[in-house]
Amino acid sequence: MHVPILKQGGYLIASVQSALSDEDLKQLKDDLAERVGQFRSRGVIIDVTVLDVIDSFATRMLRAVAHMLRLRGAETVIVGIQPDVAFAMVQLGLTLEEVGTALDLEEGLAYLDRITKGAVKHAKRHAGAY
Amino acid sequence: MPNDTQVPINSAADIVTARQKARTLAMKLGFTGVDLTVIATGISEVARNILDHAKEGEIVMEPLVEDSKRGLLIVARDEGPGIPDLNQAMQYGYSTRRGLGVGLPGTKWLMDEFDIRSVVGKGTTVVMKKWIR
Amino acid sequence: MNRNSLTATRLTAATPANRSAAESSSAALLRELVAHLRQNRTQLREEWAARITEAQLLTAMSKDEIFTEATSVYDNYVEVLETGSVEALQAYARNLSERIIPRGVETHEVVGIVLLLRDVLARSLFKKYLADFNLLNQVLDAYEPAANRIANTVAVSFVQERERIIRQQQEAIRELSTPVLQVRERLLILPIIGAIDSQRARQLTEQLLRGIRQNRAKVVVVDITGVPTVDSTVANHLVQTVEASRLMGASVIITGLSSEIAQTLVTIGVDLSKMNAVGDLQGGIEEAERLLGYKVMLTSETPIQEIKS
Repeated sequence: MHVPILKQGGYLIASVQSALSDEDLKQLKDDLAERVGQFRSRGVIIDVTVLDVIDSFATRMLRAVAHMLRLRGAETVIVGIQPDVAFAMVQLGLTLEEVGTALDLEEGLAYLDRITKGAVKHAKRHAGAY
Repeated sequence: MPNDTQVPINSAADIVTARQKARTLAMKLGFTGVDLTVIATGISEVARNILDHAKEGEIVMEPLVEDSKRGLLIVARDEGPGIPDLNQAMQYGYSTRRGLGVGLPGTKWLMDEFDIRSVVGKGTTVVMKKWIR
Repeated sequence: MNRNSLTATRLTAATPANRSAAESSSAALLRELVAHLRQNRTQLREEWAARITEAQLLTAMSKDEIFTEATSVYDNYVEVLETGSVEALQAYARNLSERIIPRGVETHEVVGIVLLLRDVLARSLFKKYLADFNLLNQVLDAYEPAANRIANTVAVSFVQERERIIRQQQEAIRELSTPVLQVRERLLILPIIGAIDSQRARQLTEQLLRGIRQNRAKVVVVDITGVPTVDSTVANHLVQTVEASRLMGASVIITGLSSEIAQTLVTIGVDLSKMNAVGDLQGGIEEAERLLGYKVMLTSETPIQEIKS
């Protein structure tokens, strides 16, 4: 099932709607790569509230997506991992190291604000200044 | 046996089916709380393993009774190429290409009992048990 | 199937070679007596219900309730005799137990009524096959093992269900005795007191993770001052709790870490520098507040610069 991606200011929000098939994940990766480039987004939130299982495959994919996005200049935060899912993940030995995690959308936005602000603003070309 | 659930694993969609059936069966048997997710996650791993290494196989789940203990028995089997150097491959985190990565080796921590047999050229069978606490 | 053919079969000795013949005649007998029990269902069920009342069993239930359950038990009983499969009976027995245990029905009552049913049905068979002693013996040979298996199944299912309920209650008590406290906004404290075993550790983790979601906690202080020792299994649970909390966006501060427990953690390979451990609970709360009030110091926006060409 297609994952809808919304733009919120300098961030993108991808809300997973149901169990992700392999194709869905690949599609998500491609869509995010494209949009981040298109909008120059600095941060991406992937909302996995709906997922009732996150296994090693999904974890690998999420880390791959985050890695790819970082190469494109965007930080990723995964939000909405449910208590039971977090429990099962750590029992299995899965970690989302190097990927930010936050409780929910609100926290995810706050996290991205913390991470991305404070970076020196890129100099802007001032049209017609010279 | 009327109470067992058998799921063929041929595609990624079957992994989701297997998870859902496992969750339903576990709930019916009396599992509660995190155990439901833990079981579904374990099913996901063994199903994924079947797809990755053998392309097709099956998962069978049935209720388990032993003395006053009740639980769930899960058997995941395939007739794929088998896993050479099983002991080494089952070491957690051993390279994803030569070993089984983190998924299958990690699964033994999700279950109360875990056994894996594999014969090169013949296939692999994983047997797992989880008891209701 | 008439009586004559049955007695004719009986004349052949039950040697191993003839065992299959004996078995099929046993099966035929079973079918016959199942038919008999079905035919006389109403009468036998009433007889049974009367004996239950007489023996003063199931006093916690009303007459109507006893009748309803008696009907189900009777039908299940006969079904097992017919099919030889106890699975449906097991499921029913567990279901029944789940309903009547909270009503205060006890084990001896459940065993008692099943045995009474066994007796009522046996007497009925005696009466029917009275005239032919040998045939009666054969009938009982077929009936008894099945009847005993039924009594066993029901009793065991009842006891198992009882044990399961007791375990559940114990778990509930354990949960009550370890509250997760919200002291400030976004801050949870989990004081652990007493020895922890693997079971309790897992339960604490579950409670904590749910608490994080419910209270939208960003920092959790886990105080283990009151924990004398931990074995490596529990230490692992502790580490997992920290990691799982992180997946939910919460950071964990461990306080009250004794040098002994610290040693256990190091022994199992925990990198203590990764764990945020603070001396005591007070210190932990202060550290938590620091984390919560922590703001990224924004560099003042650099003025828009002209690009000199």
